[in-house]
Amino acid sequence: MATSASAYENDIKNLKATELTLGLPGTHLQQNVPIIDQEKSSASSSSNKRPLQLPHEETSPAQDCGSKCSNIAKNTDDDAAPPPSKAKIVGWPPIRSYRKNSLQEQSEAAGGIYVKVSMDGAPYLRKIDLKIYGGYPQLLKALENMFKLTIGEYSEKEGYKGSDYAPTYEDKDGDWMLVGDVPWDMFVTSCKRLRIMKGSEARGLGCAV
Amino acid sequence: MECCNKRRMMKESPESNFMNRRGSSCFPDEVLERVIGMLKSRKDRSSVSLVCKEWYNAERWSRRNVFIGNCYSVSPEILTRRFPNIRSVTLKGKPRFSDFNLVPANWGADIHFWLVVFAEKYPFLEELRLKRMTVSDESLKFLARSFPNFKAISLQNCDGFSTDGLAAIAADCKNLTELDIQENVIDDKNDNWLTCFPESFTSLEVLNFSILHNDVNFDALEKLVTRCKSLKTLKLNKSITLEQLQRLLFRAPQLCELGTGSFSQELTTQQYSELESAFSNCKNLNTLSGLWVVTPQYLPVLYPACANLTFLNFSYAPLDSDDIAKLLVHCANIRRLWVVDTIEDKGLEAVGTHCPLLEELRVFPADPFAEGDARGVTDSGFIAVSQGCRNLHYVLYFCRHMTNAAVATVVQNCPDFTHFRLCIMNPGQPDYRTSEPMDEAFGAVVKTCSKLQRLAISGLLTDLTFEYIGKYAKNLETLSVAFAGSSDWGMQCVLEGCPKLRKLEIRDCPFGNAALLSGLEKYESMRSLWMSDCKVTMNGCRLLAKEMPRLNVEVIKEDGSDDSQAERVYVYRSVAGPRRDAPPFVLTL
Repeated sequence: MATSASAYENDIKNLKATELTLGLPGTHLQQNVPIIDQEKSSASSSSNKRPLQLPHEETSPAQDCGSKCSNIAKNTDDDAAPPPSKAKIVGWPPIRSYRKNSLQEQSEAAGGIYVKVSMDGAPYLRKIDLKIYGGYPQLLKALENMFKLTIGEYSEKEGYKGSDYAPTYEDKDGDWMLVGDVPWDMFVTSCKRLRIMKGSEARGLGCAV
Repeated sequence: MECCNKRRMMKESPESNFMNRRGSSCFPDEVLERVIGMLKSRKDRSSVSLVCKEWYNAERWSRRNVFIGNCYSVSPEILTRRFPNIRSVTLKGKPRFSDFNLVPANWGADIHFWLVVFAEKYPFLEELRLKRMTVSDESLKFLARSFPNFKAISLQNCDGFSTDGLAAIAADCKNLTELDIQENVIDDKNDNWLTCFPESFTSLEVLNFSILHNDVNFDALEKLVTRCKSLKTLKLNKSITLEQLQRLLFRAPQLCELGTGSFSQELTTQQYSELESAFSNCKNLNTLSGLWVVTPQYLPVLYPACANLTFLNFSYAPLDSDDIAKLLVHCANIRRLWVVDTIEDKGLEAVGTHCPLLEELRVFPADPFAEGDARGVTDSGFIAVSQGCRNLHYVLYFCRHMTNAAVATVVQNCPDFTHFRLCIMNPGQPDYRTSEPMDEAFGAVVKTCSKLQRLAISGLLTDLTFEYIGKYAKNLETLSVAFAGSSDWGMQCVLEGCPKLRKLEIRDCPFGNAALLSGLEKYESMRSLWMSDCKVTMNGCRLLAKEMPRLNVEVIKEDGSDDSQAERVYVYRSVAGPRRDAPPFVLTL
């Protein structure tokens, strides 16, 4: 009994039980934030945790939160920095497996990336699913078929030279860009809508500035 | 009814004197029982049973429903001894964090032994509602055989059974009115369980099989729906196509609650208009859910049915802001809305604009693990909803970052929150504009929302958050905490400050033995405490167990872990003593 009592007392001494820490934001980070450890072998001070794996669950072990985590500290100091890399913590975010799997299945299966396509002079817009095209050639062909026009071939230097039309798109920043400049995958995730420009405006885009 | 003063009763020793003085001798037991039998509220019944022995007895004989929030807090023997006439039992099993894989498989909460006792003591049992329990096919078969009057079964977040169990229920429960299977881990054996409902069976009112993956026998389903004229709730699974949905709606225009199947079949114009008219014939529809795999083009078929909708559960339908906005124009009566964050802030603005009667909003993340430029909802969407929906009192909001100012604005617009669950998905995420902790956000919530019953906190949080909670959240009953706090002081503040606290669940926080032990006196007034990946040690738990013998202090041990640390601790009050069915990895101290 004595040993357990003294062990308990030691635990108490070792804790900053009643310390009110009112430091600057970020100084508490070392205690609050868990290590998100990609490696299965744990850090020396934390215990080896066997992750609770369900067949569909891909998680790595949660780590002892009391230890330091410099990665997280660096990232969260910076306003503009993207969130820390999402090594998966067991059971976080707190979403039931059923819901998680359902939405995941859906985004993998159906869920196209539908964007509006407008053409200058046309009375109404169309919508296409970017996911069904393998790359730019297929997309351009589909647009040519849809609007009965010729867009021609892309060249880095001169855009869509020789065509009366230029396919453009609005990106996440709200800027109008020429279709074809960036890699296809990047285009698919950043394209918000398409616009087929006509006439002089189109030729203006193709010119070297 | 004048309540006798218990203290006064104890002063006057001979019970007969007391009776005469109170004039209750002209109040026979049957009458008392009849009157008390009219009480429906659990709290009222609880209070009534404490008044005096007569009232205690009248209450226990007249009670028909019992709710057990923790199946290990009482045993079936104790339950059946106290309440001899129960018709409806609700049981909850595993700790809530088992939903997030923090509780190993085979932990317990098996219904079977309860059913065995019920078969003997409650042969007239009619309803069983289970949440987070383990239910085997054997148990379901036993249930179907043992209770001739059985009417309603509802299984939420349960595991351990398959469609064989459902087949047994369908075949043997002649008076079944409700079969409600929600979000369970179920082995779908695709074996035509629906055909097991006999041809003569017509009493079904509620049928929910939305979580099954495989095809069901549509022919059997259609026949069932046709002959069950009282069917009010029908929730279909993914395998049901739009064409099949139309046929079912044609058979059951009286439905009040509908869960559609897949909403993405290719329809001809004819089929589209048939579907549209099927929906417009459903005049009683107040709840709509399902929409597994949506083709947004078909959403307009719903418009005729939207005017009367009060609950829209689109939490499995990742719509974009345009689609939801067009739909919500027709949904002015919505009180409860569940959506996916693909609707983004713009979609939430539409909510604020078109749904002024909204009381509950839940926004789920489409892609919780997304990195970088992931979309979703933010602080501005949250504010937009609060501006348009002043009656909002329940929110569950998943986002990637938040600001203190936004939360303060939200609760200023909607001070009547009873349930505030904010999940900032990056652990330890500060206010993204000021880089400060999110303490002031939750401070604003507890200071402004005096009716707050349930709170879930997230983001970068220091002990200050807990000081606020302890100081202001006087009606708080449930608190969920993750990756928060700086020291034991935080947890102490809550344990000392929140008089109505019943459930406290904590993960990955720097709270240790001092914090755990500060709640010694408190835990008996609570349902349970969960602490995982905190700083509690085995010795601290042992001390708690020793000091409080009426608590069960359980530690879930994993192989190969440090023996002195208590990684997962579950503490709960119980009149049944330590568990008799604990698996080897659960240590009862």
